[in-house]
Amino acid sequence: MDFLQFLLTLDSTLRLSTVLLLACLAGLFSERSGIVDIGLEGKMLISAFVAAAIAYESGSVWVGLAAGMAASLVFAMIHGVASILYRGDQIISGVALNFFASGLTVVVGDAVYGQGGQTPVLAGGARFNEITLPFAETLSGVPLLGPIYSELISGHKPLVYVAFLAVPLVWWVLFRTRFGLRLRAVGENPSSVDTAGVSVVGMRFKALMITGLLCGIAGAYLSTSQAAGFGKEMTAGRGYIALAALIFAKWRPIHAMGACLLFGLLEAIANLYPNIDVFGLFTIPVQFTQTLPYILTVIILGGFIGRAMPPASIGQPYVKER
Amino acid sequence: MTETAPAIELKGISKSFGPVQANKDISIRVMPGTIHGIIGENGAGKSTLMSILYGFYRADSGEIFINGRKTEIPDSQAAIRAGIGMVFQHFKLVKVFSVLENVVLGAEDGEMLTPSLVKARDELTSLARDYGLNVDPDALIEEIGVGMQQRVEILKALYRQADILILDEPTGVLTPAEADQLFRILARLKDEGKTIILITHKLREIMEITDTVSVMRRGEMTATVKTADTNPTDLAERMVGRKVLLRVDKTPAKPRETIVQVRNLNVTDSAGVHRVKDVSFEIRGGEILGLAGVAGNGQSELLEVLGGYEAATGEVLVNGSPIDLTGAHSDGQSRRARSIAHVPEDRQHEGLIMNFQAWENMAFGYHHDPAYQRNRLLMDNTTIRADTRAKMERFDVRPPDPDLAAKSFSGGNQQKLVLAREIERNPDLLLVGQPTRGVDIGAIEFIHQQIIALRDAGKAILLVSVELDEILGLSDRIAVMFDGRIMGERLPHETDEKELGLLMAGITDTEADHSVAEVEAQLAEAGGAARKEGRA
Repeated sequence: MDFLQFLLTLDSTLRLSTVLLLACLAGLFSERSGIVDIGLEGKMLISAFVAAAIAYESGSVWVGLAAGMAASLVFAMIHGVASILYRGDQIISGVALNFFASGLTVVVGDAVYGQGGQTPVLAGGARFNEITLPFAETLSGVPLLGPIYSELISGHKPLVYVAFLAVPLVWWVLFRTRFGLRLRAVGENPSSVDTAGVSVVGMRFKALMITGLLCGIAGAYLSTSQAAGFGKEMTAGRGYIALAALIFAKWRPIHAMGACLLFGLLEAIANLYPNIDVFGLFTIPVQFTQTLPYILTVIILGGFIGRAMPPASIGQPYVKER
Repeated sequence: MTETAPAIELKGISKSFGPVQANKDISIRVMPGTIHGIIGENGAGKSTLMSILYGFYRADSGEIFINGRKTEIPDSQAAIRAGIGMVFQHFKLVKVFSVLENVVLGAEDGEMLTPSLVKARDELTSLARDYGLNVDPDALIEEIGVGMQQRVEILKALYRQADILILDEPTGVLTPAEADQLFRILARLKDEGKTIILITHKLREIMEITDTVSVMRRGEMTATVKTADTNPTDLAERMVGRKVLLRVDKTPAKPRETIVQVRNLNVTDSAGVHRVKDVSFEIRGGEILGLAGVAGNGQSELLEVLGGYEAATGEVLVNGSPIDLTGAHSDGQSRRARSIAHVPEDRQHEGLIMNFQAWENMAFGYHHDPAYQRNRLLMDNTTIRADTRAKMERFDVRPPDPDLAAKSFSGGNQQKLVLAREIERNPDLLLVGQPTRGVDIGAIEFIHQQIIALRDAGKAILLVSVELDEILGLSDRIAVMFDGRIMGERLPHETDEKELGLLMAGITDTEADHSVAEVEAQLAEAGGAARKEGRA
């Protein structure tokens, strides 16, 4: 494998990690506040559909993005009402939303466009286009750093940069702001926040709103950036993989980026090198490489990689007590 | 000059939860710069009243005045603004946060954290200087002891400029030495002009530290008196509503033949720690052996071995024949077959299943009783219920409803349930751990009477308790454990708290010439070490 090939693999890794990273950071807010969000998948799916449909209808991908985020936000708020206000089971609420999104997108998509649940192919302004960073051309001649800049860092679609710039931002919010302190506290011991005179319900709703908006960006990225339109079940379990990455990262943003890059790399390898020839001895079939992210998910969720200490009060509805 | 306004004045506070009236028309005046005790049995409405004051609940009717001004307290934020700080029985701390972060949480100065943390660090230094509240601001809560955690709660309140500090059963989790330390801090806070409300059900604490005491019973405030004008017997009577014997009333023991012989017992726990070291003792019928010691010095393990769920080496004879100590065949069932009954130290986890009903709990361990079987397949629930009701009535469990879940009973009534289950089986040996922990005074008296009645019936009783009063009052002989060994045996009428306290700290008579402070330090250390091991 030559250097350029290597860079292209990493380049593909970045693109494929983006959606996972956005979803993972989305889940981080929800789970840090003490709400399990198994519904990342559903929120991404509804957002992917709405973003693609609205982008097609309006001709503007930005309008599509906003609509997708709004749809995801609505889903997050349903989850909030069920699990925060009515203290319902968070897993059940999340799974219900996943099923709802899975059915709704296909039914509405087929009714409107009659393409078996797909939306029409997006083109032009209805889809995100690559951004070429300044000096990419001029610098490409510089040895080593040139190609890294022009091939790897430059030339992505806007949401890729949004996702990776969000990582330090999330870290900063979480560990350097008042909101972050309260968010972490509410997931660990909500009564400590309550007795300090801060609303637990308010904190958890704020967290879920951020989760909804980030999930919306993730979904919109799938259908308007990575692909050119919505396809049935196009999230393909990425919501669950993002959740696994979150656990792997032990609910920390920088680590979340690492975990998502690892999953992205596995997916990139499967895409770029369908059949890997091992020293001419045997061939690793594409079916195997494509399965790798899911195998890794099982390994992580099975707890084989270290002990993950989740926020102490995760999954428990808050009931005021003395 | 006008009369000083009370720091807190409550007028006609009432609060109901459904049909239960937790607070009935309560009025109270707490003067500034005093320590005001509120005493009452569990469920008397003390905590409800304080929760109203701290904005957790809203009163159905009544008025609150703070420093003479009528104040509405709809939420905790309002209480904090009014200068009220609360130290809850169960600490409201984030375990993975540092002391500093816990203090700042909810009282940040702005959107950014760093300036708040810097300011809080300075503030903590000056609070430590003013009140002797030294805590490492960067320590994580999960790494510091319970006494320190409580300090953090007090610091949280002071950081929020609280002038009125409410402490809810603050000594329940503390060792005696830590409790003394807390009282010194409270006295200092009082000297600095703070007003303190101390909620407790321990008479000794009230007598020791308060200026004024209010007594609550069944949701009503029955009396407010100067502490100097009252005494423990009087307070106990007001709390319970009838005469209460604070001293255990019993006749001298009439020991019979030996029932239990323990020889060279050694216990090593799963972590490899040598918990019980070469312990030997005997208990005869008609005799109570009290085992004193700071929690974590091997008493619990000893009970567990005798109760059948921990392995040991050595020999234990019951009625002349050995019981199995290997753990291979020993369990509660095999012990019950040898007429050994066990009232475990932790009734909520080992004695009862909290979500199960009283009659189900009553059958546990005795579910093979032929009287409980309808046929080979089915249990006779009707009989179990009737049997449970009868036992509940004999043991004065209130309410005597077999269908109520164990968690719906108060602590004292839960304990009576367990005692009824075990004592009614008329065992030759009763193992009983912390029989009155978290139990009301009225119920304590009853529980002590039941244990003595079993003794008078000629049975052997092993009592483990961290309450020295209880050990001294109930036991016919007292053995003191320290670091897994029995340090010595005493007769209750020939010893006192001081001598036992020394033994509990591992100091035998020969070296008994130590200052009280030294002993306290040792006790605190023993308690701290025990907790640390418990966590590990």
